[in-house]
Amino acid sequence: MKLKTISKVLATAALAGGMSVAQAEDPINIGFVYVGPTGDAGWTYAHDEARKYVEEQLGDKVKTTYVESVPEGADGERVIRQLASKGNDLIFTTSFGYMNPTLKVAKKFPKVAFEHASGYKRADNMGTYFTRAYQGRYLTGLIAGKMTESNVLGYVASFPIPEVIRGINAFTKGAKEVNPDVQVKVVWASTWYDPAKEREAAETLILQGADVLTQHTDSAAVIQAAEAKGKYAIGYHSDMSEYGEKAHLTAAIHNWGPLYLKKAQQVLDGTWKAEDLWPGIAEGTTDLAPLNEAIPADVVALVEEKKAALKAGEMRVFDGPVINQAGEEVVPAGSTMDDGALLGFGFYIEGVEGKLPQS
Amino acid sequence: MDIELITNILFATIRTGTPLILIALGEMVCEKSGVLNLGQEGMVLMGAVLGFAASVITGNLGLGLVASVIAGMFMSLLFGFLAISLVANQVATGLALTIFGTGLSAFIGASYVGVGIEGIQAWTIPLLSDIPVIGKIFFSHDPLVYLSWVLFGLVFWVFKSTRLGLTIRSVGENPEAANAIGMSVFKVRYGAVMFGGAMAGLAGGYLSLAYTPLWSEGMSAGRGWIALALVVFASWKAERIMLGAYLFGAASIMHLVLQGLGFEASPNLLAMLPYVATILVLVVLANDAIKAKLSTPLALGQPYRPQL
Repeated sequence: MKLKTISKVLATAALAGGMSVAQAEDPINIGFVYVGPTGDAGWTYAHDEARKYVEEQLGDKVKTTYVESVPEGADGERVIRQLASKGNDLIFTTSFGYMNPTLKVAKKFPKVAFEHASGYKRADNMGTYFTRAYQGRYLTGLIAGKMTESNVLGYVASFPIPEVIRGINAFTKGAKEVNPDVQVKVVWASTWYDPAKEREAAETLILQGADVLTQHTDSAAVIQAAEAKGKYAIGYHSDMSEYGEKAHLTAAIHNWGPLYLKKAQQVLDGTWKAEDLWPGIAEGTTDLAPLNEAIPADVVALVEEKKAALKAGEMRVFDGPVINQAGEEVVPAGSTMDDGALLGFGFYIEGVEGKLPQS
Repeated sequence: MDIELITNILFATIRTGTPLILIALGEMVCEKSGVLNLGQEGMVLMGAVLGFAASVITGNLGLGLVASVIAGMFMSLLFGFLAISLVANQVATGLALTIFGTGLSAFIGASYVGVGIEGIQAWTIPLLSDIPVIGKIFFSHDPLVYLSWVLFGLVFWVFKSTRLGLTIRSVGENPEAANAIGMSVFKVRYGAVMFGGAMAGLAGGYLSLAYTPLWSEGMSAGRGWIALALVVFASWKAERIMLGAYLFGAASIMHLVLQGLGFEASPNLLAMLPYVATILVLVVLANDAIKAKLSTPLALGQPYRPQL
């Protein structure tokens, strides 16, 4: 916490310095608030890549600044307020915990556009957005279901919140579709980030027969564990093939670039308005990393086919029948889960082993 | 539970306990000399990042480990200069060292995020590793695990039966008296602090080169703090540090294994297991209040100003 405060102070100082440089073309200023360090190779890294993408695309029409490792809560509010008062026209706050602080600041700065990731509170000048990462999860599930020989898939999870449960279910749904015998074993590491613990969790799953692993934690340790044991693994957040060339089948990745570019362009054009956006495969905010050559051509073709169908809106991941662990049909064939149900996912679907812990 | 599962659990226990042992043994020596260094986390991270960077640059893991140790020692020297030579408050200096090390390691390591290396491989000890069960649990680890045993033996022996051990202790108990009989409090404390730094750096190298051969920010994930607590709960005894670290390791592994076995308990509760189990056992071991008090270095945390 202490460090975070310090690095934030430094970043804020740097920001204040940078702001004094006036630009003739009068570019718009975009501020980003990150919850983690840009070097986490995960969540924050993906947002920062998008920031760079916006800079690349719009050149000197934009100026971006970011503040990393900002604690959620009161500190977050201070940083957001500071960004707003320093003349930023558009501010992205990229973690759930910034929701209330963003709203508070948004009310005080009605001329500044705010975009908050993953929240549900909005205002006239505060929109929300998230990505349907579960669509990418579903596609990786197809691959896992086809590649497993033991019919046991391992999932290293962090905490039982809807976002994580949705990912587990989407992965399982994909795997089950191509391989009805498959079982998904989940181990909760009870941490978002502890490489050593993530590795032990992965090895526990391998010990219990899993031969394709994936994770909803933030390091690449699971990929490494799979590589060391000659198993397969699927990354998350970003392409993790560097950590295990043989093991890494693909990864469900975030790509915020196109969304951020669109929002920046809207502010430039004066057409920005607060929206609630939940883009996914179709808009490119969730995608797959390059596929491992070990994946047979017919599986690749299947993944491409399903991806195209998701893109075109011909299918959705949780089209019925969605069956829970007790064998009850939660969503009947012919209908689909609505976004409200997806956002509140609180049960395992059939194919996930074990009981869902109460968070 | 079958025998293979138990073997694997115990194998993983030893691996999990190793970084804690390295950090805690180093800190124990440091505290025995009367210096409380709360900068473990920063030193571990600096060891991890510089070890990783050196390995990537030179392609030599051995050199990487050397870099880890040097990084830890350099950090501890910085601490020593402030807390021993300049007689600064040890707690504040130690905390500053952690903050500094965490930030600096993130800065240095920025370009190493996403880089993969081969990592230190296991050395299976011939003959010994062929013993069923025992061989797998104890003798098929990476060399740093064996090194942690050697270092334990060394620390244990030094405090059990050497003059050096007595010297360090007397400096930690009563620096004025130690000074009066001709011991150099500064030299002893610097030595102990640097030993602690070297051990923390080595633990960092273990994390980034052997355990999970990668670098990412804050990868020690609080192990420095756990080791600090371990030293206190182990009553500054090397053998109890070993016990506590392995207990902590075993409980951490059980948190994961029990879930896989379909054990129906909240993973959040299971995640507490390592802390609860370790504290309970070590507190019970140290139940004699007078003895516990005696084992605390008397001058711990007190800066020493030589009387002129």
